[in-house]
Amino acid sequence: MSQELNYLAKLAVEGKLGRRAFLGKAAALGASTAVATSLLSGTALAAGPKKGGHLKAGLAGGESTNSLDPATFLTQVPADFGRMWGDTLVEVSRIGEIEYRLAESIEPSADAKTWHFTIRKGVKFHNGKTLTADDVLKTMERHSGDDTKSGALGIMRGIESMKADGDVFSVTLTTANADLPYLMSDYHLIIQPNGGMDAPDAGIGTGPYKVTVNEPGVRHVGERYEDYWDAGNRGHADTVEIVVLNDATARTAALQGGQVHMINRVEPKIADLLERVPGVSVKSVSGRGHYVFLMHCNTAPFDNNDLRLALKYAIDREEMVDKILRGYGSVGNDMPINGGYPLFSEDIPQRTYDPEKASYHYKKSGHSGPITLQTAATAFSGAVDAAQLFQQSAAKCGITLDVKREPDDGYWTEVWNKQPFSASYWGGSRPVQDQMYSTAYKSDADWNDTRFFRPDFDKLLLAARAELDQAKRVGLYREMGLMVHNEGGVIVPMFNDFINAVSDTVGGWEDDPSGESMNGFALAKTWLA
Amino acid sequence: MGHPILNLVAQRVALGCLLLLMASVLIFIGTQILPGDIAQSILGQSATPEAVANLRKDLGLNDPAYVRYFTWLSGVLQGDLGVALSNGKPIAQAVGQRLSNTLFLAGWAALISVPLAVLLGLLAVQYKNRWPDKLISGVTLTTISLPEFFLGYLLIYFISVQLRWFPSVAIINDSMSLGQKLNTIALPVAVLVLVVLAQMMRMTRAAILNVMQSAYIETAELKGITPFNVIRKHAFPNAIAPIINVIMLNLAYLVVGVVIVEVVFAYPGMGQYLVDHVSKRDVPVVQACALIFASVYISLNIVADIVSIVANPRLRHPK
Repeated sequence: MSQELNYLAKLAVEGKLGRRAFLGKAAALGASTAVATSLLSGTALAAGPKKGGHLKAGLAGGESTNSLDPATFLTQVPADFGRMWGDTLVEVSRIGEIEYRLAESIEPSADAKTWHFTIRKGVKFHNGKTLTADDVLKTMERHSGDDTKSGALGIMRGIESMKADGDVFSVTLTTANADLPYLMSDYHLIIQPNGGMDAPDAGIGTGPYKVTVNEPGVRHVGERYEDYWDAGNRGHADTVEIVVLNDATARTAALQGGQVHMINRVEPKIADLLERVPGVSVKSVSGRGHYVFLMHCNTAPFDNNDLRLALKYAIDREEMVDKILRGYGSVGNDMPINGGYPLFSEDIPQRTYDPEKASYHYKKSGHSGPITLQTAATAFSGAVDAAQLFQQSAAKCGITLDVKREPDDGYWTEVWNKQPFSASYWGGSRPVQDQMYSTAYKSDADWNDTRFFRPDFDKLLLAARAELDQAKRVGLYREMGLMVHNEGGVIVPMFNDFINAVSDTVGGWEDDPSGESMNGFALAKTWLA
Repeated sequence: MGHPILNLVAQRVALGCLLLLMASVLIFIGTQILPGDIAQSILGQSATPEAVANLRKDLGLNDPAYVRYFTWLSGVLQGDLGVALSNGKPIAQAVGQRLSNTLFLAGWAALISVPLAVLLGLLAVQYKNRWPDKLISGVTLTTISLPEFFLGYLLIYFISVQLRWFPSVAIINDSMSLGQKLNTIALPVAVLVLVVLAQMMRMTRAAILNVMQSAYIETAELKGITPFNVIRKHAFPNAIAPIINVIMLNLAYLVVGVVIVEVVFAYPGMGQYLVDHVSKRDVPVVQACALIFASVYISLNIVADIVSIVANPRLRHPK
């Protein structure tokens, strides 16, 4: 039977047998629709990429204020479009390894303080210019200059000096960092001719698609670049298009109506329904993104660790995953790290809902009276509901939470990182633990949104960063994780899955835990089967 | 002194200009009292005090408010709407594209809804209190009672997803032919037509029924003119002023009030553009959009006034 099924699947992929006809015949052979569908997509992948066609994605996360200057990338659409027209030095593969892109090889010095990137030869920008190490140097300088407004500035801070010599671009760091290559995969660091010093928003890069239409907040179109250096693996469709669909219902309708081939940010509550729609499949992947409730460790009453522990025990994580994520996610453990990160220790005990311990620590803290929790719909999908669930589970422990709903407009400037107890999220785009901790838990981090000021933690962070012995690093990261877990100001109820929905006409989809839409590479790597 | 109509019209236009000027003051004040420092919100979290000070100087934020207002106003009067803070591009260009999209959508919605509403109104009068009248009123009142996003979703579900007649994503661009554009905007136009139809239809019906009570209508009927001609020749011309008023209000709504429809169908119009810039505190763009909306509203109302003046025979033929 299976041989016949495989044969039928091959016919269907080659277009000699209709999809419905295939499913019908498969059913006659006793295969369920789910089995037949997965067989079909598996065969499509094995059949290899198909060239041609117009591949369209309907994505949330674009505004009419967006620019093509990579330094300004903040939301999904410009960042994903950047993946079309540009390349970075390296990328992080689906299994968390460094994949060489514009860098052909990387050579660290023994102390991990100096790194040499050999630049790939024969790569051409869309304007015909050949890529040199000097373009790389200029790009990095533009993102790290004193007056830069680049979103990558935070990761460029540790750089002492940079130089370009022949084909080699070298970086010297102020303190050793074993994870430097990972930092270079940041989506802002698209290599531009002369670093984009002349025209930062020209949209000229080395990527598989040339920019043909750029209407911020409306649509972006790219046309295949014939001289692309990696044409075998990317740039299969003739043209790709992103239409900005910020409304969730509009996105779903566009996919169902066949106007786009893929959409992002499917709401958990409709994912199951969408799964039942013929011709569409839901792709969910667990990543590093997580939802948080943030307490400022230096502000009363949260400056008392017993109160923080009381609140950590008073939240029902399982219930949140069930009701807020509808199962599309996993429970958090009051630290920003999960199994999606390299060097994670699985043995850190899971904190669970425990009214007894919660009221014990609450009494010990000596606090009384209601505690105000600020939330908003924009804090994360379902944040208002989650705050109310938290309120109810805390009430059972004798803790009164006042949930204060704030307007979306201004939440990120007026409430998050300003008010002592608020809801928020972390996107999970940071591929290594060091970067996550440096961004939000180091004493001098810009976004230290729990006001976690611990010199001993900072010392561990720097030690782990410079450590090249992986076993020792695991130990250091374990210690740091436990510190945040037991004494930090962050409550992590859940890690959310990235949920995309894709038409069955799309071939080559591979889940990537680094981000939604195959970490933004969906249009570059998939094809129309 | 010229003809009294010319005087009245001139008065209305002058009043409109004055109103627009007052609106510009209000818009300016409104954008000034938005919470948060503009320079701070442009620079975001990484703002250093020096950078904020530099930017404040560049933007002229250290001048007193009235100086800034007159600088802005004189720029606007010369057609210079300024530069968007968020991407440093001239506003006029970007707004021009969005405005023409909005007018395109509103224009087609008006082209269909206005004649349709008037025609349905006339039919309703003709068959007053009989089933066609009740059917017309019932249907149009139902569609106006549903929120517009819900109407949009209904049409998307049945017409776009189930039947696949028209697309649910109404993104138009310059490379499309007129036919393609019309096909693309079919659903949003349908929603807008359904939303504005009822008010105009009901007003046509009410205004004409009001006139129908008059003695001269009875005379016309006694002369033996067919009922439809009574309405067309005698009742409609005398009922036109209130109808025009309602039509203009609805046209103004089609231009300035369709942001929800734009979001549902991802239509690249002014509304979405304005909302994006409000959330980025891009004040020059917000001011420009608000001013454009105000001018559309005020000029359509002037047109309504003028038409009612001209339609009034007592003003047209003074003693």
